[in-house]
Amino acid sequence: MDKELLSGNEAIARGAYEAGVQVATAYPGTPSTEILEAIGKRYKGDIYCEWSVNEKVAVEVAMGASFAGARALSAMKHVGLNVAADPVFSLSYIGATGGIIIVTADDPYMHSSQNEQDNRNYGRHAYIPVLEPSDSQECKDYVVWGIKISEEFDTPVLLRLTTRISHSKSIVELGERVESPKPDYVKELSRRVILPAFARKLRLKVIKRLKKLAEFAEIFPENRVEMNDTKIGIITSGISYNYVKEVAPEASVLKLGMVYPVPPYMIKKFAESVDDLYVVEELDPFIETEVNRLGIFPKGKSYVPLYYELNPERVECALKGEPDPVPEMPEDAPLRPPVLCPGCPHANVFYHLHRMKMIVTGDIGCYTLGALPPLNAMDTCVCMGASVTNAIGIEKALGRENAKKIVAVIGDSTFIHSGITGLIDAVYNKGHSNIIILDNRTTAMTGHQPHPGTGKTLMGDETFELNYEELAKACGATYVKTFDPYDVEETAETLKEAFEHEGVSVIVSKRECALLARDRWKEAMWVDVEMCNGCRICLQLGCPALGIVDKKAVIDEVLCIGCGVCSQLCPEDAIKTHKEASAKEVK
Amino acid sequence: MAKKWDIMITGCGGQGILLASEIIAEAAMLEGYDIKKADVHGMAQRGGSVISTVRIADKVYSPLIKYGDADILLAFELLEGYRVSKYVRDDGVFIVNTQRINPMPVASGREKYPEGLEDKIKCNAGRVVFLNALDIAKELGNFRAVNVVMIGVLSRLMDLKLDSWKKAIERLVPAKHLELNMKAFEKGREVVG
Ligand SMILES: Cc1ncc(C[n+]2csc(CCOP(=O)(O)OP(=O)(O)O)c2C)c(N)n1
Repeated sequence: MDKELLSGNEAIARGAYEAGVQVATAYPGTPSTEILEAIGKRYKGDIYCEWSVNEKVAVEVAMGASFAGARALSAMKHVGLNVAADPVFSLSYIGATGGIIIVTADDPYMHSSQNEQDNRNYGRHAYIPVLEPSDSQECKDYVVWGIKISEEFDTPVLLRLTTRISHSKSIVELGERVESPKPDYVKELSRRVILPAFARKLRLKVIKRLKKLAEFAEIFPENRVEMNDTKIGIITSGISYNYVKEVAPEASVLKLGMVYPVPPYMIKKFAESVDDLYVVEELDPFIETEVNRLGIFPKGKSYVPLYYELNPERVECALKGEPDPVPEMPEDAPLRPPVLCPGCPHANVFYHLHRMKMIVTGDIGCYTLGALPPLNAMDTCVCMGASVTNAIGIEKALGRENAKKIVAVIGDSTFIHSGITGLIDAVYNKGHSNIIILDNRTTAMTGHQPHPGTGKTLMGDETFELNYEELAKACGATYVKTFDPYDVEETAETLKEAFEHEGVSVIVSKRECALLARDRWKEAMWVDVEMCNGCRICLQLGCPALGIVDKKAVIDEVLCIGCGVCSQLCPEDAIKTHKEASAKEVK
Repeated sequence: MAKKWDIMITGCGGQGILLASEIIAEAAMLEGYDIKKADVHGMAQRGGSVISTVRIADKVYSPLIKYGDADILLAFELLEGYRVSKYVRDDGVFIVNTQRINPMPVASGREKYPEGLEDKIKCNAGRVVFLNALDIAKELGNFRAVNVVMIGVLSRLMDLKLDSWKKAIERLVPAKHLELNMKAFEKGREVVG
């Protein structure tokens, strides 16, 4: 049998292929992004796949496919499920015609996220089963299981990953694609139109379904007991299972592949057969709560920390009843925070906003790094789309005379995800908001996915390219302009005009992400030390290619891509291209 | 005891660490080992510190290595190597590229790049190999080959077949850069006597 080293995300994609999934949707988000990327790369011949505009849209598209009898999968990061929660709760009532799986990738420790959130709770909240794989092989297998369970029990299935599952690679045995059902639309009013009268009946169906699923959990082969020494018994799931096997190989283990609903008899029997019972799980006491409901009280969150991701040493200490270990790190090592890339087109905009002392409501993307020194040009970052709406609220609180000092900054992908509604709200409610769309022609933060503003689809096709100016005008913005952030003067003038404008202004900072423009990078710039007066204005850009040595600016020629912004900012004309420099020598 | 290697790779975003850990995993897989490999993507890659772990044995559970338990620590940058130097075992191997990349607080003059890191690192492991992989890569004509130079060094300290390493590189490096990378690999192998 063929074997491959796959990440959890790649294995989910493979699972979708083998399970006969026909439609897959997602909005990118670390750590889930590579699922749809892998489907787009390897399986687009068999699976229609799309980058949806946001997670709510993604789930609704997948749901439509299921209505029509196709198998569907929708993937998102943990906070994406908050955005998609509305259709997911309805979907629980409606159930599955074609099997449907929602993949949530949680991010314990917040490697790339704004919060830590345990989405297994959505299973309990929405009455839907939750599967939790422990490695890439299980990622693949659980998609196949998930589709089966979905179709057999008429339910959506939540497949919960965490960063260490999504982004760890392990060996996977590949299988064949099963035959998919033939899509066919059959009208089923009482099920898909969830009017109160219908929904009341569906609510009862959902409760009955959960009971049946709990019975199934008893015989589900991915819920298994590994009996060993009976002194210690550990109930665990997901990545935690691996840490348990690593540090307590002698213990007996009840590994739950399905964490909701749990198998009550299996748990009771296991609890009775060991002396000391633990639950080891990351984040919330989710399994523990279910075990408590059976009248069993194992050692759980009073031993295993509630916060951040687990690792072998944390689990080891928890089982020994020792305090949570903190790895010793040298104190004299300066931190290496993430930074905007050399030549990042966002930098100049933030440089100006900082100088203009604006109140900047920010948003989520690479550009959130504009909040850090030396740019210091962002005051808030809440969730996708909140920049625009937070600005409206601040203006309403401070009064319209202060509107000139407030600006919302939002990336192109984020604007399309959930900034447009805020723009309409601003106009409708007679605001004077200033909105800057940072259009770097891609979804950069999550690894450069196309979106509706790029005119490309996940499947590689050309498509209609959203026109921000036309859209803003149609929404009622009265000052609309596009500028090039590599042009310092144009940037300064456009910002000034827009902020002074009375109505809602939308300006588009348009310049391709520096990482995508590699074939157009220019020669590195160069500092004429004789002319540099050490004023440090260039350093305020926060460009990683710029540094200071002996009170003079220096440019790292390996990093510099020759964007020329620092040279335009230099009051002494000390920053030059090599060409300019040699021309001077000739004279 | 059966063979096992717990390898930690550290450095800065943009240094090609993911490709390096990929090559190690592929080479080990070619010899039939079980593997777990963990990376962090996303925000951290924007020029921040990057850590990747590869664990190789007959059966591997955790993708993460216990603190103080790494058999081999491969540091692509001096400061980053120093930062996690306590993760390597007392009798482990520590391979350090002495290249320095200033983090933003240093580049902007707010903090200093610490001095004497080589000496501090030396007391941390059984065997320490220092090299300047950047110089070697530049001599070959491409500073991006740093990662494969490091793989060359590592290949001398791990009991995997030369052929497996070469196959792994062939599979994972784009064809147009293969020749350069094979040279970088050989140069790395020459570093260890
Ligand atoms: C609800 C939600 N979905 C997804 C994400 C993950 N995410 C963070 S930033 C980002 C995209 C940012 O793209 P863009 O707005 O174009 O800014 P850029 O990174 O290109 O500067 C995504 C998808 C998130 N944080 N929240």
